[in-house]
Amino acid sequence: MISVEPVARPGAPLARRNPVAKLAAALVFSLVLIATLDPVAPAIAIAIELVVLPLFGVRYRMLARRAWPLLASAGGILVTLVLFAADRSGRVLVEAGPILVTEGVLLTALGLVLRMLAVALPGILVFATTDPTDLADALIQNAKAPARFAIGALAAFRLVPLLEQEWRMISMARRARGVDAGRNPVAKVRLFVSTAFALLVGAIRRGTRLAVAMDARGFDAGIPRTVARRQRFTRADGLLVAGAAVLAGAALAVSVALGTFRPLIG
Amino acid sequence: MSGVVLRGFGWRHAGRKGWAVRGVDLRVERGERVLLLGASGAGKSTLLAALAGLLPEDSGEQEGTVEIDGLDPRKARERVGIVFQDPETQLVMARCGDDVAFGLENRGVPAEEIWPRVDAALRRVGFPYHRDRPTAALSGGEQQRLALAGALAPRPGLLLLDEPTANLDPAGAALVRQAVADALDADTTLILVEHRVAEALPLVDRVVVLEAGGGVRADGPPDTVFSAHGDALAAAGVWVPGRTVSPRHATAPPGDRLLTADRLGLPPRLAPVDLEVRAGEALAVLGPNGAGKSTLALLLGGLLRPGAGTATATAALAGQDAGTPPHRWRAPLLARRIGSVFQDPEHQFVTGTVYDELALGPRRTGEPEAAVRATVDDLLDRLRLARLAGANPYTLSGGEARRLSVATALATAPRLLICDEPTFGQDRRTWSELVDLFAELRDAGHGIVAVTHDPDFVAALADRTLTLDRGGRP
Repeated sequence: MISVEPVARPGAPLARRNPVAKLAAALVFSLVLIATLDPVAPAIAIAIELVVLPLFGVRYRMLARRAWPLLASAGGILVTLVLFAADRSGRVLVEAGPILVTEGVLLTALGLVLRMLAVALPGILVFATTDPTDLADALIQNAKAPARFAIGALAAFRLVPLLEQEWRMISMARRARGVDAGRNPVAKVRLFVSTAFALLVGAIRRGTRLAVAMDARGFDAGIPRTVARRQRFTRADGLLVAGAAVLAGAALAVSVALGTFRPLIG
Repeated sequence: MSGVVLRGFGWRHAGRKGWAVRGVDLRVERGERVLLLGASGAGKSTLLAALAGLLPEDSGEQEGTVEIDGLDPRKARERVGIVFQDPETQLVMARCGDDVAFGLENRGVPAEEIWPRVDAALRRVGFPYHRDRPTAALSGGEQQRLALAGALAPRPGLLLLDEPTANLDPAGAALVRQAVADALDADTTLILVEHRVAEALPLVDRVVVLEAGGGVRADGPPDTVFSAHGDALAAAGVWVPGRTVSPRHATAPPGDRLLTADRLGLPPRLAPVDLEVRAGEALAVLGPNGAGKSTLALLLGGLLRPGAGTATATAALAGQDAGTPPHRWRAPLLARRIGSVFQDPEHQFVTGTVYDELALGPRRTGEPEAAVRATVDDLLDRLRLARLAGANPYTLSGGEARRLSVATALATAPRLLICDEPTFGQDRRTWSELVDLFAELRDAGHGIVAVTHDPDFVAALADRTLTLDRGGRP
């Protein structure tokens, strides 16, 4: 199953914050980090992220489970960059046949990979600690997002786990019809494309039916909506966003002070 | 409480040649309970959509007028609630209470009134859980009761039910009907579309029958309508109460063993099952939702790898491949030996026309084109699909799609046919055709396994039954 449920302890002090505040804090924190190419600022940022993790009610083991595809791809990117980077300046660290690893190469690659992790973690944290319904509510009430968009996306999101089940059914139904690819890679690709198409057709039909049902229940009929679940943006939520900005700024400041800061532009 | 007046009403969907519904003159007084009947394609669902204000002016052409309390239905939306057939696509929110609240929010009900009204609506339909329950954790019958609560919470004067129990097992369907009976008050006008007339009759005091070619064929109290038009309605596919179908049991003893299941299971979906499938015999697999019947059908069909035990084909079914379990056969070989008919016909459609759909299997198994054409033409005739040969399978009606999905499984002439709920939601005519077809196949020496909730189907066809309980054990 594709999991779309939050996995954190809901009572944790920062997990309880307004979803829009969490999203804004994550965005501020990530955006500041994008400004530099050095490995120091992102490394500090990752350290900060790992320290605040328990405040969001997320266990380290859970994070490792959720983030392992990210870690695996980070490893892959590191190896690729080290082996194929064009800039081979700096002290030579390893030289084995065609493989030449220099200090400059390693620093650049490390900077990129750490930056990727530092930017991705806050996003993972937000979605691991936020109920999708609460997020949609807060987007409408605190960020003035149109209900048509937020509730529509939420309703569509609820159908996502069905897709995996649907894919299995379509694949089995095709086998029952005498359609399989055997060992032929071309046939495999064609079967994949045609199964994906059937999945898409089914998803559109289901989406249409859902839209009609929402229509029938008066959704987006021009009457001003009321809200059953109130989301409040409090002073604590403002502090969370400000705190994220201050901590990200501090990471940059340390990097500047150590002289490792390399701005993205210029 | 709302009244409905239709005068010469007709609707043609944009891009279609024929009228979906036409020439309907009908007056429903406030508080009346009406069962709307008609053969497949008579326009019942279109009529309900029109009453619910769900036919935008630019989506087709209208004839005559339709009014709710003197208003255009598109402007009287807040007076109407509707429940559709498919539970999965009418629940919007992730939690039950939020879903009922959704309609109230949309109608601008003040926030402090919302939760008391949600709780009241849930009580009205006898909903057994707290409002925080995830909607995904509900059974089909519970989801439909929740949808009913969502439709009732805004206190509509007119409640429309479009086959709300067609996708449910008998126990779930009974609970939904009970909920409708309990929840209706004297202030609510009801218009119900339902194939299963006998079960729906206690809910209504008037029956209206739409004529397939247009207009209203019959209108009045149920007894009067059925005594005057019973035969014609039954012939048109309506499940008229008290008319049974003559059973078609096997006249000869069963033949060769085709497939044996030995402690076959897939924990936790299906606990181990022992069974034998024979040629010339129809075996019905029964049991409540969640007992693993569909899983058993997929295992017997060679479509899933068993988690426990084995499914073994005999030489009579698989020749020299009898030693290999069916789930490891190549698909073309499987299709020639075991045909599977899925619960949702649309899962099985692969091509763009009915003709190609039927030709696909024989072509994959290497038949020459002339033989393919002969097979396809024969099936088109037998299953009344000839006039649809060029149509896209996804545009067929429910009954047509079901007949096509059975025909596709037959196209490769498998000795064993495995069907998951083949009669689900079918009108009486398609239902009888399916019973006759399966009986003919069985009498010609095919083995039939049908997973089903349909007691009439079991009574009419099954030579033997196997009942799974919720633990999956027979």
